[in-house]
Amino acid sequence: MAQNDIKYLTPIAVDFKTKKYCRFKKSGIKYIDYKDGEFLKRFVNEQGRILPRRLTGTSLKFQKKVAQAVKRARHLALLPFVADNLKTNQ
Amino acid sequence: MLKQYETVFIMTPVLSDDQMKEAVKKFENILRDKGAEIVHQENWGLKRLEYQIQKKSTGFYQLFEFKAGPNVVDELELQYRRDEKIMRFLTVALDKDAIAYAEKRRTHKFGQKKENKPEPVFEYKPEPKFEAKFEPIVDIIEDIDLEQIKENKEE
Repeated sequence: MAQNDIKYLTPIAVDFKTKKYCRFKKSGIKYIDYKDGEFLKRFVNEQGRILPRRLTGTSLKFQKKVAQAVKRARHLALLPFVADNLKTNQ
Repeated sequence: MLKQYETVFIMTPVLSDDQMKEAVKKFENILRDKGAEIVHQENWGLKRLEYQIQKKSTGFYQLFEFKAGPNVVDELELQYRRDEKIMRFLTVALDKDAIAYAEKRRTHKFGQKKENKPEPVFEYKPEPKFEAKFEPIVDIIEDIDLEQIKENKEE
């Protein structure tokens, strides 16, 4: 009983979710360059995997382009296929 | 109508600078012979690869942008495959957004890569020293007090 009945004197801080947005739509980028490895590293996790849309907020249209660009960059060894600590090395 | 393409290839780091330039010339000539119009070319120099290719961890990168009709790409890629110096290649057709981007890229950072850009020099300005002005508060109070007291007395 006791645990459920705890009352707080001050309201508990609840984080309000900030709405995600597609950065390409917002900044008006139309073409994603596969030659810019450093830029593409933002869409890849530490192991070198492409981050899902639900984390980055990218729209479907641009997520497809990001994926295409990352795959091209990997082919040209501008991005690794697999890595450990990709972000900490920089 | 001619389509615009972009091709990037990686050459082995074993080559000397002259050999590398020769190989680049060779492919430039192949493109010219096939009637392609070279719009732009870029040499990125020796770059570190993110993973090893043919047990090499570096390579010379070269980029060509060209306008060409059909069959030129097939012929170019056949030549890439035949050449031992080429470790990797990628040819992409450019759509209209990509062409716009490529033009912008050419004008903005022609010949200079992001890494080579001189960083904006940060000028260190020493903060103006905080000079505290200590006014002899006690004296003022004493003065006021004395004056007030005098005035009070006079009244």
